[in-house]
Amino acid sequence: MLLIPCPHCGERNEIEFACGGQAHLERPGPQADATRWARYLYYRANPNGTQRERWFHAAGCRRWFNVERDTASHEIRTAYPMGEAPAP
Amino acid sequence: MSTAQSRRLPQGGRIDRTRSLRFSFDGAAMTGHPGDTLASALLANGVDIVGRSFKRHRPRGIFSAGAEEPNAWVSLEHGAHAIPCAAATQVELYDGLIARSLNCWPNASFDLGGVLDRFAALMPAGFYYKTFMWPARAWGRYEHIIRHAAGLARAPLAPDLERYERRFDHCDVLVIGAGPAGLAAAAAATRAGARILLVEERAALGGSLLDLDAAIDARSGLDWTAERTAVLESCARARILTRASAVGYHDHNLVSILERVQDHVAPGSRMRTLPRQRLWHVRARRVVLATGSFERPLLFANNDTPGVMLAHAAATYAERYAVRAGRRAVLFTDNDSGYRAAAALQAAGIEIVAAVDRRPATSDGINAALEARVPILRASAVVAVRGGRKVRAALVAPLDASGERLAGAARSFDCDLVCVAGGWNPAVHLFSQSGGKLRFEPAIQAYVPAQSAQQERSAGACAGTFSLLDGIAQGEAAGSQAAFECGHGSGPVSPPPAAPRRSSNPAPVRELPSLARSARKNIFVDILNDVSAADLALASHEGYGAPELAKRYTTAGMGVDQGRTGNINALAVLATAQGLVLEQLPTTTFRPPYVPIAFGAMAGRDIGALYEPLRRTPISDWHEAHAALMEPVGAWRRPACYPRAAESFAAAVRRECIAARNAVTLCDVSTLGKLDIHGPDAVRLLDMLYTNDFSTLKPGRARYGLMLKDDGMVFDDGTTSRLGADRYFMTTTSGHADAVADWIEEWLQCEWPRWRVFAVPVTTQWAGILVSGPRARVLLERLETSFDLARERCPFMSIHQGSIEGAPARLLRVSFTGELAYELYVPARYGLGLWQRLMDRGSDLGIEPIGTEALHVLRAEKGFFVVGHDADATVSARDLGAEWLISRTKSDFIGKHSLSRPELKRSGRLQFVGLESDDPGIVVAEGSPIVAASGATSRQHGPAAAIGRVTSSYSSPTLGRSIALAMVSDGLARLGEAVSVIDRGTPRAARLCSPRFYDPEGSRLHG
Repeated sequence: MLLIPCPHCGERNEIEFACGGQAHLERPGPQADATRWARYLYYRANPNGTQRERWFHAAGCRRWFNVERDTASHEIRTAYPMGEAPAP
Repeated sequence: MSTAQSRRLPQGGRIDRTRSLRFSFDGAAMTGHPGDTLASALLANGVDIVGRSFKRHRPRGIFSAGAEEPNAWVSLEHGAHAIPCAAATQVELYDGLIARSLNCWPNASFDLGGVLDRFAALMPAGFYYKTFMWPARAWGRYEHIIRHAAGLARAPLAPDLERYERRFDHCDVLVIGAGPAGLAAAAAATRAGARILLVEERAALGGSLLDLDAAIDARSGLDWTAERTAVLESCARARILTRASAVGYHDHNLVSILERVQDHVAPGSRMRTLPRQRLWHVRARRVVLATGSFERPLLFANNDTPGVMLAHAAATYAERYAVRAGRRAVLFTDNDSGYRAAAALQAAGIEIVAAVDRRPATSDGINAALEARVPILRASAVVAVRGGRKVRAALVAPLDASGERLAGAARSFDCDLVCVAGGWNPAVHLFSQSGGKLRFEPAIQAYVPAQSAQQERSAGACAGTFSLLDGIAQGEAAGSQAAFECGHGSGPVSPPPAAPRRSSNPAPVRELPSLARSARKNIFVDILNDVSAADLALASHEGYGAPELAKRYTTAGMGVDQGRTGNINALAVLATAQGLVLEQLPTTTFRPPYVPIAFGAMAGRDIGALYEPLRRTPISDWHEAHAALMEPVGAWRRPACYPRAAESFAAAVRRECIAARNAVTLCDVSTLGKLDIHGPDAVRLLDMLYTNDFSTLKPGRARYGLMLKDDGMVFDDGTTSRLGADRYFMTTTSGHADAVADWIEEWLQCEWPRWRVFAVPVTTQWAGILVSGPRARVLLERLETSFDLARERCPFMSIHQGSIEGAPARLLRVSFTGELAYELYVPARYGLGLWQRLMDRGSDLGIEPIGTEALHVLRAEKGFFVVGHDADATVSARDLGAEWLISRTKSDFIGKHSLSRPELKRSGRLQFVGLESDDPGIVVAEGSPIVAASGATSRQHGPAAAIGRVTSSYSSPTLGRSIALAMVSDGLARLGEAVSVIDRGTPRAARLCSPRFYDPEGSRLHG
């Protein structure tokens, strides 16, 4: 079980959270072509290594935020609020 | 079998001889003493055979004195307290303990299944993949027999009455194992100022010192242990958990620990205030693993015979428990540590007939005193033992210079105990679970931790440091360093000793030569799972020689002991079969749990009523008091119907439906999801969430809306009303209330964080009562309300805020039943009172409360779909015939872009239709497949393709016939077509029709 550093509450157990998958997806506007729309809907990166993903502190502050996690080691490098860029 | 502790030594042992404990094994009454394990007590009572082997039903005896035990697995107690499978070596004896052997009938000593051993040739590696494949139709009979024979223990039939707990905890330094290294680590970390938790599997601290005492700094190891224990116990920063096994090492230094709180107490004497077991989840900043090591057996024919025992275990039984496992022992060793065990046996009066040493040269570790009295046969090996139910003799043969071949004839030594000392395997299970990588260390012929993946370090024997003093030094350094990394102390004074500084000079781990090739089928590598050297060689021969494959193919290492005694030897045998040596093969993976865990411990208190919080509406008490038949709807319990005395379910639903169509009914709709949406961007949000247009909704009006997900599939539906300029009241389906609230929150936080709008879930703030039926207005007019109920001022799809019977209220004029209907919302605390008032005032109007089943019938008569019942996540708005709800003017809403996806426009999609069976009395089962009318009768062309399925099906009292709703391929274009419904195997003729069975013009709901 991961220990997730919620940017608003601090470190909490994974059971308090829900994972929302890959972060920083851009929802295409109404004019986007079918390919872009399909990529937004169905295509996700599946890296063996660093991934940015969004998490919801469902049983805590109920806020969404972003996490940078290594999918192989599960190391969480950083967590940062929605709308912000990760620390370099 | 003697039952008078005939093998208890007259003195010695760390047991309390002043008290006797009674227990029974396979029905025979026996006694032991406090301090005994079940295994030591069985040995003391002269029990040689403790069970039968898994596959071949060979007699088996106690093999070890700890968690590595492969043979002495027993069931304990019975009924609600039954424990199906426990290692006797880890069971603390208590008065009244009832134990039974496994895998035998009628008992371990005389087992009818023992005949299976004669047919060992029929059960080679992977036999269940090969043997029962033909003829295929006989599988049913095979399966019955196999199922009866399979499994190590019987699952208890009675519910477990014990209580279990789960607990979360934190510490700076978690020390696992309270042997010399663990104690040293815990003491050092505590001294440095860290908060520590010390976890020990056994009842007392001391680890290996409890088994065989050894001098530390010129005093006894037990005194040294007592000093350390006293220091820890006097410090508030240190906590000690005994009888607790660390069972899993998970991500981010989370360790799960099974604490056996009351397993050592007789079931009848357990404290009711305490659980039987407690599962801890400890998040530690640093972990020190001091889990010790397990002795390795040596391989020879019939090495599973009762009387063959790990040397250290035999010594432990002699010294710690004052039990002699035999009178005349042969020691078989390939390293120095075996001689220490032999010395302990000698000290207890057990004769060492011969010491057989695989190694050619003399080693400096051999006890000189022992050497003087015991014949040592160097460059020799035990190649077989004789005796089926108990060792009678050991056959010893000389080895050639290579040590790989026999160099002469075997000699027989009469004995009743063969002690095997094949070196030590560090207990790297938790380290391996943590993701750490292992390395083969030639000096000790074992795998040791090499590369950490988490914040842990190993110390003592589990790190390959077998020397006592080195292990203590390593533990102290590990404890200091771990504390230092948590911000306490100044770190270790001296660097930890490099491990391993000294070894016991082991010979390389190899498969030993055997007398004959055929003997290999009786050389047991994984004793618990009956996996022989021949099985592993066969697996290798058949292409399953890679360790992870051989493990699955032969089941070596897959028993409840996780192959603690067998895994390394299995690698050695596989290596031999492939012309390799052990260290060239990869190890298999260790997985949690380290010891078996009861399901109860994993579930903790989350069972029965506490499994999930039960949600109740403010009116639930009334429903229950009026004999409502409650049914689960998500976490809610809702009335399905209100049967009167002796009334059937169907009759109750029928009565409720008739009342709804002819008089007036109440339905508790408090479970509907409710959201308070307010802010300047409220309408902007609604226009994104719903497919239809909400910008044109005027204050005081309500609109039905459909929500999609971005893939274009239907997600939820409900009514949203405009209360004021920037304020809306949204209702969702009961089942999706939480999902919709989370969904809106996700969009607002992640996609539109700057929009000025709040969506606040208020589901439980409001009680909801649906008043429905032609007399609904008459009923409401009898109450004291601020509402003007006149048809023109309270039209269909309008909302009104005011008061009813003095309570603040919202009145929503919508209809899910097809009749004149009002949804009344009052603050939750007024819900029950309003319900009772309505029931009172309507008594002469024929008022009835109705449940969810009647509501379903009423809506199905109207052809209203239910999202989650008729529609799942593969159904689009167009499939539901709800295209009229899709705005053509809005530039965007969630799911809009997907409506142009080819998949959603193709022909052949399932569409929502009505269905009438030709026989109006037949109510087909929901979920029944629908086939073309011709399909059901033309069997010669194979199974007919389903063109759809029934999603809702009821008997309609209003229409006097059965009705159904269905999803049918291109259904909207097939209305009127004859089809066949396969209703529980029987074809029923039916016809597709419009789903609007009742009042298709909708005149009644306008009241």
